[in-house]
Amino acid sequence: MREITLSQAVNEAIAEEMRRDETVFLLGEDVAEAGTPFKVLSGLVEEFGTARVIDTPISEPGFVGLAVGAAMTGARPVVDLMFGDFIYLVMDQLCNQAAKQHYMSGGKLTVPMVLRTNLGATRRSAAQHSQSLQALVAHIPGLKVALPSSAYEAKGLMKTAIRDNNPVVIFEDKLMYQDKAPVPEEEYLIPFGEAHVKREGTDITLIGTSSMVQVAEKAAELLARDGIEAEVIDPRTIVPLDEVALLASVRKTSRAIVIDEGHQSYGVTAEIASRLNEKAFYHLDAPVLRMGAMDVPVPFSPALEDLTVPTPEAVAENARMLCAGEMIHAA
Amino acid sequence: MNKRKHNAEDYLRMYRQMVRIRTFEDNANQLYLSAKMPGLTHMYSGEEAVAVGICEALTDDDRITSTHRGHGHCVAKGAEFKEMFCELLGKAEGYCRGKGGSMHIADQSHGNLGANAIVGGSMGIATGSALRARLLGQDDVTVCFFGDGATAQGLMYEVMNMAALWKLPVIYACENNGYSEYTRTEEIAAGSITARAEAFGIEAFRIDGQDVLAVNDLTRKLVDRCRKGEGPFFIELETYRYHGHHVGDINREYYRSKQEEKDWKDNRDPIIRFRAHLVSEGIASEDEIEAMNAEIEKDAAEAVAYAEAAAYPDVSEVDKHVYAD
Repeated sequence: MREITLSQAVNEAIAEEMRRDETVFLLGEDVAEAGTPFKVLSGLVEEFGTARVIDTPISEPGFVGLAVGAAMTGARPVVDLMFGDFIYLVMDQLCNQAAKQHYMSGGKLTVPMVLRTNLGATRRSAAQHSQSLQALVAHIPGLKVALPSSAYEAKGLMKTAIRDNNPVVIFEDKLMYQDKAPVPEEEYLIPFGEAHVKREGTDITLIGTSSMVQVAEKAAELLARDGIEAEVIDPRTIVPLDEVALLASVRKTSRAIVIDEGHQSYGVTAEIASRLNEKAFYHLDAPVLRMGAMDVPVPFSPALEDLTVPTPEAVAENARMLCAGEMIHAA
Repeated sequence: MNKRKHNAEDYLRMYRQMVRIRTFEDNANQLYLSAKMPGLTHMYSGEEAVAVGICEALTDDDRITSTHRGHGHCVAKGAEFKEMFCELLGKAEGYCRGKGGSMHIADQSHGNLGANAIVGGSMGIATGSALRARLLGQDDVTVCFFGDGATAQGLMYEVMNMAALWKLPVIYACENNGYSEYTRTEEIAAGSITARAEAFGIEAFRIDGQDVLAVNDLTRKLVDRCRKGEGPFFIELETYRYHGHHVGDINREYYRSKQEEKDWKDNRDPIIRFRAHLVSEGIASEDEIEAMNAEIEKDAAEAVAYAEAAAYPDVSEVDKHVYAD
């Protein structure tokens, strides 16, 4: 199978959906001729023109608000938010407006829009261009949240997001844009709420999101050398969450670590760990561990920044201790 | 002669719609005062000529976005009393199945995209609706209602900038009722409100919001021009809210005098003024107007009674409509 980058996968997904449905359009800062700073959207304005690939002023609340209104009245906007950190700027439009319209109107209004943005530290971009803020939006009923872990997921999830009748926030890891993965030439969609078992194992379940799937896979390789068989699962969407698949895995392995690049406190890892504790308690042989980013603003210095995110070595070390029964008393 | 007949029908409908708003609000206020309505609400009374003058220049395909003080916009855009009172009382037959209430009432069948409880929160939605019209080649116009208080929100300037850059078919209708909640507008708005729109190259107008014909005439012209691609436009409508910020805001003398309220009610009331015009022009007699008023009061009373007796949503509704299929 051919291999393409995550960036190309996102581009293909949007182009295919724009060809399929004339109500789909792109909106954001430098999305047209510039194709975004990450060049993810390069070439789209040449095919679809500036009427459907719209460069906006640097007005995040404004253009997200425009997307909400366009979506409520029959279009399907794909909004580009240049950095995930800018989500704070658009919280009212996203959480008070987009997320609530369907419910507040008793089901009469819908907001079929996609907000694509990014996450991920270790790019030496400091505290306002490095955050992983998926937990903020996952907390809000009415929003769906997708976290692709490779080019394959990026394409299939984006196509599903564009066809979904709800506001969907997709976080791409900005360090993965040039990562290649096998992506079929023929069309496919990845349904929301279906986790993917990336590696089967029997001793411990490593649940990772976005780039933390790669971290979990590398940790699993390290563990295999010690004879520990880790199962790696990618939820792919955290709202909706495929609880059934996660619980099935944990019931089988009896141990779990949840890894996500958002801050650990009150985060995605906490939510998933809590559900496993509530629903698989009698199957567990060890406490479910959370591994998120440190609870500090992301530092600039490489010497400090690298300390803030989960690494394969740290995941493997925690997994070894869980499997050895060493963390039971800590609980 | 035909034009005169056409105008007479339009005028009577405008009068009727203004009275319907006032009557709706009088009943809503009573529901609050008698503790029959959950929560509280913001009365539109006094501002009727704004909503009616503008909405009578629109078709059902044209969209509006409304505000927390939104009952007037909803009635003016064509909503029915029964579904509105049901919504105010949280009943299943309300426009939003009782899930939105007074501050989120929406009536998509007539193009009302909904009230909004965030001051200025719907400015993006209205402008986005206009962007959609442009994108899909549709010729409808969107009117964004908001108050003078909302002119202090940054979102307004972001979306007006884009609307002007892209010549979107949207009309920003600023209902300047003199008060931003409990504070005089002069204390929160520096300089001129219309000049802010003009800074973006948007043609802006300041008119008497108590004169329904003036509001309607101007809006018709601007709607036509929007359809020809000459938008956006901005209108500041000078008006007055008779009640407080909300129904519970009873003692208001610390921010405005009773004399000021009396002056607006006695001398600038949009319904009294237009009624006098209809009679003096021979469009309707006093008796005909009284009959119309009585009929509207009867409609409202029946709708209130219906809503009071109507069922609440079933408890199974609580987690429905979080996500669309």
